[in-house]
Amino acid sequence: MNKRDVLAIIFLTVVAVFLIYSAIMMHPFGVPDNSEMDDHIIDNTQTEVGADNGVTSVVFDYRGFDTLGEATVLFTAVAGVIMVFRRLKK
Amino acid sequence: MSGMSRIVKTMSNIIFPFVMIFGLYVIAHGHLTPGGGFQGGAVVASACAMILVAYGSVWTMKKIKEKQLSILESLGAIGFIGLAFLGLVFADKIFFDNFIMGPNGIGIIFNKSAEGLSNINTAGVLPLMNFAVGLKVIAGLFAIVLVMAYATVKVKEVE
Repeated sequence: MNKRDVLAIIFLTVVAVFLIYSAIMMHPFGVPDNSEMDDHIIDNTQTEVGADNGVTSVVFDYRGFDTLGEATVLFTAVAGVIMVFRRLKK
Repeated sequence: MSGMSRIVKTMSNIIFPFVMIFGLYVIAHGHLTPGGGFQGGAVVASACAMILVAYGSVWTMKKIKEKQLSILESLGAIGFIGLAFLGLVFADKIFFDNFIMGPNGIGIIFNKSAEGLSNINTAGVLPLMNFAVGLKVIAGLFAIVLVMAYATVKVKEVE
């Protein structure tokens, strides 16, 4: 057993302990600690935004600024790919 | 990448309009049914990618250039950010405000209040933003696929 194996076993043990601990202490499904924001959005989406689809109303209205960042990421990715794969004129 | 056989071309010709209509439906009904600009744009872009695979990138590059696609993508981005900035001008003067809906909103075509839910003319600025983001995702993803496929073509095939 060399040094690498010992290190790997220690690392695996630490990760396994944390995983098992978090699996035991896992939060029960569907019972959030702080549900004020979800309840507000679920109750008031139709009157405030007028949309039936709650997810879209969150994405484009309540959290619109986050979607702007998402669109910027896509734009940067497209610009990068087009720049990398361009054809050079001789 | 050159085109595939006649069978593949015929089948993709038949399937293409259905996939296209489904994707445009998902974009247009983004504020009513599951989906939205991103998801519908991905569906339409995969329909375009199917045509690209069937007919080959040289043929597709003759029909549409990646420069036109990047112009379309920039138009989508400008529409999205422009709608966000219009919220600073109208109604409550907040960035990313839904300036068509609400008590102070300017209800032009869309319903101002929450009447007539699950009609297409509800939710104010959401359908417009869905269209802008959908245009952006269609053009962006198709430009990525087209450019990457065209990069594998040998120089002789192009001329």
